[in-house]
This record gives sequence, C-alpha cells and structure tokens, in this order.
Amino acid sequence: MSDKVFICRCEDLTLEEIEQAIDEGYTTLEELKCKLRLGMGPCQGRSCLSLARRILCQKTDKTTGEISLPPSRPPVVPVSLGTLASDEK
Amino acid sequence: MNKIESKVDVVIIGGGVNGCSLAYQLAKKDKKVVLCEKSYLCSGATGRCGAGIRQQWSTRENAELAIKSIKIFEHLAKELGQEIGLRQGGYLIAVHDEKDMKQAEHNVEMQKELGLDVSILTPDEIVDVVPILDVKGMRAIGATFCPTDGHVDPFKTTHAYAKAAEENGAKLYKFTNVTNIKTKSKRIESVITDKGEIKTNTVINAAGAWSKQIAEMVDVKLPNKPFRKEILVTERVKPMFKAMVISFKDGIYFSQQEEGQILGGIPIPNEKSGYLTVPTFDFLNHMSKTLTRYAPSLKHVNVIRQWTGYYDVTPDARPILGEIDKIKGFIQCNGFSGHGFMLSPMVTKLLTDFIVDGKTSDILESLNLKRFKGKKIEKEVSVVG
Repeated sequence: MSDKVFICRCEDLTLEEIEQAIDEGYTTLEELKCKLRLGMGPCQGRSCLSLARRILCQKTDKTTGEISLPPSRPPVVPVSLGTLASDEK
Repeated sequence: MNKIESKVDVVIIGGGVNGCSLAYQLAKKDKKVVLCEKSYLCSGATGRCGAGIRQQWSTRENAELAIKSIKIFEHLAKELGQEIGLRQGGYLIAVHDEKDMKQAEHNVEMQKELGLDVSILTPDEIVDVVPILDVKGMRAIGATFCPTDGHVDPFKTTHAYAKAAEENGAKLYKFTNVTNIKTKSKRIESVITDKGEIKTNTVINAAGAWSKQIAEMVDVKLPNKPFRKEILVTERVKPMFKAMVISFKDGIYFSQQEEGQILGGIPIPNEKSGYLTVPTFDFLNHMSKTLTRYAPSLKHVNVIRQWTGYYDVTPDARPILGEIDKIKGFIQCNGFSGHGFMLSPMVTKLLTDFIVDGKTSDILESLNLKRFKGKKIEKEVSVVG
C-alpha cells in the first residue's frame, strides 16, 4: 500500500507535492492553485483548501487568519449546460 | 524578503506572461532586471485567459507576430527546461454568411502569403475536424482551419519564464506595488514601490488592464480601456475534439483541455468598460445557450466554475508597444485587447532587441502609441470573447 497522503482528491495532489511547491516559493493558496490546480476540480476546493491552508500555516509560520481563501466561484455546485441554457423559471 | 534592489537597468511592471518573458530575456542578455507585481504571478489576464494560441488574424502585424510566436512556443519548453503544455490541435473559425466568407477569404490569402498552413473548410469538413459540432445549429456555411494553432498552459509558461529569469539573475518581487515613477528632463529616473525606491532609466509598462494608471504616473495618456470578460469550465469528460472552435460573429470560443474539461467564453451583449469583477448569470445563460447550439451533446456536461478577467482594449484592438516619444526609457507592452498571451513570445523578443541593442522594427514602429495621433487606424476585426 502506498503511504501517499492525498490533500486534493479531485486533482490527485499529495501532501508532498504541496509542501514541495511551498518550498519553491508558492506561498499563497492562489499561487498553489495556479501551480498545482489545487481546488480546481468538481468539488471546487471544499475539502482541500482548508487542509492546504493549515499546511501553509505550518510551513510559513502564519495563522489561518493571515492566509485568505481564494474566492468561491459560481455556480457553487456543478450545474449542467442544458439547465443553464434553459429559460424555464 | 531581502531589501529591494536600489539600482537596476530595467524595471518591469507586471508579472504576467509578458513581464516574466521580458525578465527572462533581458536577464539572459546580462541586463540587471527587477520585476514588480502587485499581486502574485499570473494573477491578472494571463492566469485567467482561454490559453489559445492562434495565427489566423485579419491584420498583417498580428498574423506575423502570432506566426513567429508559435515558432518560439514550439521550442520554448526545451529552451526553458520546463514543460509549457503546448498542444497544437488547430483553430476552427466558423464562417456564417457571404460577408463573413469574403473576410475569411481575404484573411486566408494574406495568412498564406505569410507562409501559414490554413484552409477553408466545407460544412462536412467542419464535422470531420470537430465531430461534436452541429453545423446547422451553429449556422455555419464553412470555416477556416489552421492545424498549427492550439493551446499553451499560461501558468506553466509564466512560471517557467519566471524561474528561468531568476536563474539568469533577475529579481522578481511579487506583492510589490508601484506607487510612482519619477522622471527628470523627460527621462525615467526611478520607480517608487511600497518596498522602496529603485533607480533605473528604463521602465516597461506590462501591467495589463492597469497599464493606463501606470502611464498616468508620468503624465502619459493611454487610450486603453478595461473590459470584464467571463469564462467557464466544465467537469472533465472523455477526449472528444482537439481544435479550439471560435466565431467572430457570435463571439464564442471553446475547446477541450488536455485533462478533459470544456473551457470557453463569450461576451455578454452591451458590456461596458470598467473594473468589474463579479461573474454574471447573464454570461452563464448566454454561453450555455450558444455552446449547446454549437454542440448539443454537451448539454449534460456540468459547469463547475466561471470566472472573470480583463481585456486591456485599445481603439484598434492591437497592442501598444515600444518607447513613448515624450519620455525616454518609458516602454509600453500593453493594450493586447485579449490576445496578449499568444503574442507574448515575439512581442517580448522585439522589445528585448530594442532595449538591449536599440534595434527597432517595422512591427514595433507600426504598433507605437503615436499611431493614434490623427492617422487612420486599421482595426483588428478577428477578435472573440
């Protein structure tokens, strides 16, 4: 069994990859998102962003309050193109 | 962070793809370079763009810049020693009526003169290239297609440039705000930032939608206007097509990414200029309607995210490049009007040649700010999004 710890399950990102990116200087959640696609999958970061924030806090000696979460983007939950295209009220 | 450099050859304002590419190229030519980015790298238009690279333009300058840029993109991963996510699946441009077809024929003729592999497709051939398209639904009578157009990953590319720039000695300061630029007898003297003053004789304004404010610091008026542009991405689905599909008439563009997501955008009618960041439902509705008209089978695919970014739009939809007549050492690299990413390799090469060797070129001359003075301008009409 692999001892990999997965942080972002949508994008298959491990703790090791996240720590390595932070070491390379990607020290905000926005930057980790750009670098690794963290939180860009179907769940839109619901579980991984808080975890990644804690990892960032530990590695950069900051408190959670000092690390802002990336903005939540609509449509919040996945919605089909067919539904969005519909004019039914 | 260490103290900011106090004296350098060049200060670049803006950490998008153009700024980072300039930092790399100038540093490689032994210039002492500092780049100031007010947020993180790729935080502006670069990191929000549709990632397409296209050579099919209506103006000769844009076509030439794009063709040469793609040649550079083709070898860039090797040069920078890092992956940039290049995929050449082509661009298919829908042609909707006779008037469209005339413009398409005119464009293709000019593009072929420049050596581009581009052709006009029949409706049947459209479906051969992108099987999910409904030619009737998209109301197309044909299309133009260039197989060497495609995609490059904007994050990977910008990060690769940034890393290579640092390896060559450039200093990249993120979260660093430029607050003023000092001049003396019509020459650049220094750049003031919230981390300190940097003496320099050359400043490159590569601040995208905020370039206008940077220029105002030295009393230069740019005609650029910011326009909010919206874009959406779906969940991953199986690979179905490789080309980017666009229409100048409908303004839509969409493609399937390497990982399987469908990504695309469209302008919402009557969008006014301004610094607007809120994503709209009007966009979601208009985009979904148009996209499912073009490709009805996508109606069951889920949208997972929409976001906004700015086009830094000039009156002729072409970039503003090169030195400003009235202030020596103040160099523009902005006004890309929605295609800054794809033109960046060549644009930054031309500007580097100018800064390092004083070498100018026809393209730099024709895209200088002074073109807006009095003369009749030729507008780029092949714009989407």
